[in-house]
Amino acid sequence: MTSEQIQKKLAEFYKGVAIEFVAGAKNPVTQAQTGDSCLIVPADKIKDICKTLKTIDQFAFDCLSSLTAVDRPKENRFEVVYHLFSYKHKHTVVLKVFLPRDETAHVETLESLWSCANWLEREVYDLFGIKFDNHSDLRRIMLPDDWVGHPLRKDYKEQEDYHGISTTRPSLLS
Amino acid sequence: MLTLKNQLPASVITTKVDDLLNWGRASSLWYMLFGLACCGIEMMQTGGPRADLDRFGSVPRASPRQSDLMIVAGTLTYKMALRTKVLYDQMPEPKYVLSMGSCANCGGLFQPAYSVVKGVDKIIPVDVYVPGCPPRPEALTEGLLKIQEKMRREKFLVRKDSLVA
Repeated sequence: MTSEQIQKKLAEFYKGVAIEFVAGAKNPVTQAQTGDSCLIVPADKIKDICKTLKTIDQFAFDCLSSLTAVDRPKENRFEVVYHLFSYKHKHTVVLKVFLPRDETAHVETLESLWSCANWLEREVYDLFGIKFDNHSDLRRIMLPDDWVGHPLRKDYKEQEDYHGISTTRPSLLS
Repeated sequence: MLTLKNQLPASVITTKVDDLLNWGRASSLWYMLFGLACCGIEMMQTGGPRADLDRFGSVPRASPRQSDLMIVAGTLTYKMALRTKVLYDQMPEPKYVLSMGSCANCGGLFQPAYSVVKGVDKIIPVDVYVPGCPPRPEALTEGLLKIQEKMRREKFLVRKDSLVA
């Protein structure tokens, strides 16, 4: 199934829920589609929709291949991106969730559907500070526990020092 | 000295105690296994049969307590930096540090990154810097020979703390 077909099927299941289809980017010269198409779903429905995509046989998305986030300061939002893949039907879909771009940004965890979401969500929390509700173990995964800030946010400011180690090195050229 | 030398049989050599001790130290420069990134692969090559650091008496040790030299080979992150300091403190005196590659020297390619230490000399004193990304085994061997040169110039029996006081 293509993303567009998946969007139509999903819209039948979720009447009144805005599931928007966005076609992937095109090459400006050849007009060939190079980017992945995606479905934009409301943040409060992501778990229900993912459960449907996993359990219903015509979707059968048994693999969460990637879970990451994007910071969009101009649009003033975070985007959480889910890449799903089905080993049964060999089809793939990209889901996106828009969140407000502040400290309160949070979305439901998908840990109960795909257990790999545990670490992927911890990574997103570590680098973007997006909280995942009902996550069993939401703490930093790569940076040290006492790290200040979330470095992949566009407005991240590096600290002056870390445990007394200066974070700047003067250039020898100036 | 010369007159004495001429009287001794050929099986006896005369030297200074400092020279003898330094010759022994420089010829058994055991380095700690400390590969942090791709430079670590190059360090393994240097220890391997082709470049063969062993011919200078230099062998890898898996424990800081048995090492004389720490070859910081690779990108040092802040998370690792605290451990590096602990490992350095665990090495017995006299100890030496060789900073291998651009990342260990100054942060290198990853200097603008939030997680990378801008040079291992921010944490521990460094004796020799080897440039390169990564340095070839020949370059690391040269760095080791530089450390040996430095060792041969030292007065081992004069304690460092007595010099300070």
